This record gives sequence, C-alpha cells and structure tokens, in this order.
Amino acid sequence: MRAPPQQGRFADGRLHLHDGPIDLIIEAFGETSAVEAAYVAAWRRFTSVLDELCAELPLLRADPSAGSPAPLGPVARRMAAAVAPFRARRFLTPMAAVAGAVAEEVLEAMTSGRQLTRAYVNNGGDVALHLGPGETFSIGMVDRPDRPSLFGRATIGAADRVRGVATSGWRGRSFSLGVADAVTVLATSAALADAAATLIANAVDIAGHPAIERAPACDLDPQSDLGERRVTVAVGPLTPGEIERALASGAAEAELWRGAGLIEAAALRLGEGTRLVGAGASPYKGCVRTVLPRNVAKGRHAVG
Amino acid sequence: MTEADDKIRCDACPVLCYIRPGMTGACDRYANQDGQLVRVDPHVLLDHAVSEGGKVVPFVNAEGLWSGDILNTPGPFVTAVGAGTTYPDYKPAPFIVSSKADGVDMVTVVTEGIYSYCGVKLKIDTDRHLGAECATVRAQGEPVGHVTTGEYGSQMLSLGGVNHLTHGGKKEGRVTCETLLDLCNGKSVELVVDGGASVIVQAGKTPIINGKFEERMRVGCGSATIGMFAKQWGDKVDEVVVVDDHITGVLSEHQAGKLLGMRETGIKMKGRRSTPGRYFHVAEPGTSWGGTNISDPLDIIAGFNPKVAWSGMTMLMVSTTGEQYAFYRLGEDLRPVEAELPETLRESVERISENCEPALCSVLFMAGAGGSLRAGVTENPVRLTRSVRQALTTVTAGGAPVIVWPGGGITFMVDVTLLPENSFGYVPTPAIVAPIEFTLRLDDYAALGGHVDEVRPLDEVVAQHAKRPNNVFASGAVARAADARRKA
Repeated sequence: MRAPPQQGRFADGRLHLHDGPIDLIIEAFGETSAVEAAYVAAWRRFTSVLDELCAELPLLRADPSAGSPAPLGPVARRMAAAVAPFRARRFLTPMAAVAGAVAEEVLEAMTSGRQLTRAYVNNGGDVALHLGPGETFSIGMVDRPDRPSLFGRATIGAADRVRGVATSGWRGRSFSLGVADAVTVLATSAALADAAATLIANAVDIAGHPAIERAPACDLDPQSDLGERRVTVAVGPLTPGEIERALASGAAEAELWRGAGLIEAAALRLGEGTRLVGAGASPYKGCVRTVLPRNVAKGRHAVG
Repeated sequence: MTEADDKIRCDACPVLCYIRPGMTGACDRYANQDGQLVRVDPHVLLDHAVSEGGKVVPFVNAEGLWSGDILNTPGPFVTAVGAGTTYPDYKPAPFIVSSKADGVDMVTVVTEGIYSYCGVKLKIDTDRHLGAECATVRAQGEPVGHVTTGEYGSQMLSLGGVNHLTHGGKKEGRVTCETLLDLCNGKSVELVVDGGASVIVQAGKTPIINGKFEERMRVGCGSATIGMFAKQWGDKVDEVVVVDDHITGVLSEHQAGKLLGMRETGIKMKGRRSTPGRYFHVAEPGTSWGGTNISDPLDIIAGFNPKVAWSGMTMLMVSTTGEQYAFYRLGEDLRPVEAELPETLRESVERISENCEPALCSVLFMAGAGGSLRAGVTENPVRLTRSVRQALTTVTAGGAPVIVWPGGGITFMVDVTLLPENSFGYVPTPAIVAPIEFTLRLDDYAALGGHVDEVRPLDEVVAQHAKRPNNVFASGAVARAADARRKA
C-alpha cells in the first residue's frame, strides 16, 4: 500500500516532510505569516515530488546517451542539468543529484513570491539555502552520522555565491565508490553540490587496498544506477600515509571541479585526516575551517 | 511478490524497490526478512529531559552510558520505535538491550507489538452534542466505534477495539485500522456520529464540529459558572441565567446569589429543578448555546411570576463559554425585551471566555500486550505480567509513560502525542503496530525467565546501528534472532 506523504512539526517549529525515501527538514525565518505560508507552499509542492520522480525513474537511473529523451518533470530536469557538466569526464546518472534537486525545488516553492530573511531545506544532508541581504548561515560538518561531532564549520553569507551544501561518503545512505567518511561540498546550487560530493567522495580512494571491502552495487540493490560497479562496504584500518594518499586523490578531484567553476569549496574527511579545498581562496578565506570535535550535531549537518 | 532469487518488491512507496533478503530498500525503513517485507526503522533514541512533544535529539552522551533511569534523567533511552517485531513471538524480541548504571545492570526489552486488541479513547473538548450515548461513530461510512460518556467539558468517543478490527466486515476492519493509525500518528480524521455531528479530530488540535472550529472549552457547568462569577454580577444585574445543556444555573435562586442577598425574581425555568438554582434538561442537546439546541435563549424560560417579578428588572443570559450572551429588561407586561449589554456586564462575559481553556482533542492509545508479545520478553509470559504488577518492570511506549490498567493482562494507555512522530504502524491483519518497552533489573529479568542469552550491551546496539545502514538489517538484531532460532 502506498503510504501517503506526511508532514509534521518539531517542538522547535521546524517542518519535517516525509515521503518514501525522502525526509526533509525545513526552517524558514522572517515574518510569522510569511514563514507559515512558506511551510504551506513547501508541503503543497512536496506532495507530488516523489510520484513525479518515480514516473521517470528508469530514465533517471540510466546513463544518458545521445538520443535518450530529456526528462520532463521539474525536479528531474534539475537533476539532469546538474550532472550534465560533470559527464564529459565522469560516469554519473541524474540520480547523483536527486537529493539536492528535491531540496532546491521545495526551497523555490517556499521563496517564490514571498519575503523570507533566510530559509533552508535539508534533504538528508543535502541542503538548499536561501539568504536575504546581509544574512548568514553557519553550517557544521559531520563525518560520522553514528558519532555526530563537528569536524568542520562553514559560514555562508548572502554575499557568497554558495546556495547549496551536500555531503557524500561511504557511511551515508547512498553507495560510494570511495572510502571518504564525508566529503562536504559548497556550490551555487544544492543539486550541483550533491553531484560533485558524490564524485569527490568516489575519488577519495586507494585502489586495491586489502582492508577495503567492496561489492557490486547490483548485489546490494538490484536497481542501483551503479550496476556492476564495486561499492565500498567496509573500511578496515588505514595508516596515516594511506589516509593522506586517499585524501590527496580526492582533493585533486575537488580542485578539478573548482577549476571548472562547478563548486566553490570542499571539505574532505577520512579517519582523523581532513583536507580543505577552496577554503583559503577569496571570497571563502576563513569561511570554512576545521574545529575540534564536539558532540553537538543533530544530523549530517547542523544548520542554524 | 517473491522473485526467483528471493527479491521482494516493496510497495510502501512509488519507488517500488526490489529488495534482496537481509537488505533494506532505498528508504532504510523497509527490509526483506526471509522473504517478508518488514519495517526496520533505525532505533529512535530520545532524551526525555530535553525532548518535548517527541523531539528527537542526538545519540549517546559523552560517556555512552545510560543511567538506567527512564524518565527523570537526561541521556539516551532506547525506544522500540522501528525495532521491528518477531510476531508471532516465539522468537526473542528484536532488541534486548542492557546498560550499566550504578553497578546495576539494567535491561530494556524493546519490541514493536502488533495489537489486535487495541483502540483509541478520544476526548473532544466541547459542550456541543455530538450524538447520543452508544451511537455509532463512522469513518468513511464504516462503523469504527461509538459515543461513550459525557465528561467535564468534553465528549468521549471510544474507537477501535477487537470487535471493529476483526468481527465486522473486511472493510470495517481496514477502515478502523486506518482511523486508529491516523489518530495515533497525529493526523486528522473525519468522524460522523449516527444521528449526530460530523467532527474532524486530530490529537492535540482544536476539534472542528460540523465545519466550525470549537475554540473554547467551557469554564464550568452552568451552576459552577454562577458560583465563579456571582460576585461580579451581584450588584450589576437582577438575574443571571447560565445556559447549559447539563446543569443550567440561575443566580437569584443559587446558593451564591442567596449569600449575596439577591432578591427573588420569580423566574420560572423549563426543565427539571435539581437543587435551588440548578436545572437539568432545560432543552434538547444540540450544537448551540451551552450545548443545547436552542438559538433563542428565552426558549428555556417558562415565564415570570407576576407576584414577584417587576417591570424594569434586568437579566443576563450567557452560555458556559461566554460565546453567546443576551441582555434583557422586563417590560410592563413582564415580558423580557432584549437590550444592549451594559459595559459593566460586558467585562464579566468576556471574563468567562477568557477563563475557558482552548478546546482540544486528546487521543489515548489503549492496547493489551498479550501472551505472544510477552513471550518475546520471557519464556514464562505470566511472570512478566506479575513483574509489571509488582512494579519491578516499568512499561513504556516509545519512551512515553503509560498507564497500566489494574486487573489481568498488561493493558495500557498512552497519550499518543508523547511518542516520537509516526511511531505507529499497521499490518494488514488488520492490527496496529506500536512500540513497547519493558525495563527491569537484569537479575529480575533472569528470575522471570528472560532471554538472558540475547541481552546485548547498549553500546553494542548503538554501534551496530551506526554501521552502514544497508548492512544494519543483515548484521543487526534480526540476523541475531534468526541465529537464535537456528540454535533452538
């Protein structure tokens, strides 16, 4: 039986929307009437998102080739557009941007035609941001959802171009080809950040390492868009040197996409090792930094 | 739908995942257990001291220890939300968790119970008549319960129960299950009472009766209202009638009016006089003034005794919520003529409504933890019941405190708004799936024949759940339960 979409409010007022595999945590700031209207708009838009996506699922899971039709749904079009610039060099299906695209779509429904000072839609760690003039968001980065502690922090201001944050890693819900605990990417849109985080996390890797256990994606999920590709199932102990090598490989990937103008900054985390890309460059100098771990995070990201 | 290689297709959402045995679908909520589709939400660990209204807070404090005290200390508490169940429970409950506290090993046995014996007690704050006692309550046209007693400022409905779930038609069972599930998960449900009102109810929300929001709960019955406001009326008006379908109050006759030395007015009320100044059954029940069916309050007055009443006498009539009021002056013929409410009285009318609490719907889930569920906790089920009776075992539902009924069995009630969001589920039997936890000392657990071999330290459960979610199911409790079964 298809369970209908659900909406709920946390005690602190945040909105929670759920449908099938999608869970959104939403918060808007501004005049109460505008905030409440934005929550209503979010719910209205959300109720049909999953059905729209599922109507085109086979197309979205496929490796788009010349001549394959363009998807029709608004979220699906966001997904296809987000992965397109990466596809010249890497294998990526539109599904790599699904979480970010859903977050963006719902955020747009909330912000269009109304004044909000700030708002975010957090789709399981892939976050779309709205920032009014002079506003900022402070984002905590968490590498292990099972042991939530902040390994880094990013402050995003209205003047920055960043409007999307996404995290990928083998411990997360989606499959990863790499061994990164977490790769957090800041980009101009959540869908771009989502796709880039997937690729950079894939690149944090050491080929053929015996402590890394992998399995064909299709053995774990028959419908995975990754097919026979071997995804990470477990990561044994790595030496500091190996961690450094894996992070360097990921950082090179991040630099590639930053050079292409597709991402703004990235933070890569493996074990106790952290690498920042783009964090020292203007205008992001100092906006992304590492912090000592603290037990304060609420989910994949603490946003506030 | 089982494929040749034991994949099953989940139809819980339109993604329609094919799920291999021991794996979860894209949502991590549904999994394939030995060819069966089951729900396996990750455990919800919640911190009672911090959470209000079921807010979920982060995992595990710095020490990773649980103090063992369920309700009064901060720190994580393992709830059964999403624990899954092993019904029929010849297998140990999915999660039997222990944690060290002050040198005493505590055990929490968590499971999701499947309750065929369950229902909802619904309290709707309203004076309005929703229907006669025992009248059938319907959802989607199907009988799902009945109107039960009228209580203080509220009307009680009793929904569900084993008869509606299993003894009626197939559709009746399905609709009953759906209604209970929606109410328990905090969703709104429309109910129609045979020969009565249509109400939209939602736990913790304002009831909507015949399309109108019920804003206020009455300040008291008519007689109580007289008692509360007599002093404010005594020197400003000659007579006050507080219109109430249950007990209408008349100030001049009421003890409170007598104490204030109020003059007799010769008012003759309809209905039956109970004690001085208190009248029953002044009209028929309805959805108007004070829960009566009248739209003109004068309909409840039979007349005035010409030997006592006087021309120019003033009278205020007001409902128990202050929502309706009218002010009258008696003419030469001793007939009341409506006049504008004087400012001096307006304040008292406003004070009645100000003193009304907001009207709400409250939903208590009631269920019996029957024999087979208890067997998931101990090999000797009746000992668990006795242990609960002796208060050695604490019962909670999704971490929320429950009221355990005295008498046989473990029949409990819980306020659904105290459980984490969407804690309830269903199976097509039809029956409701709800979390239940039994917490007791490890030695008491052993003494009652508990599955001591299955006890796992809290940090181990948390750690296993922290693993890659797609492996949680395979490496977690169900695999363990399956192992136990093979051993057995």
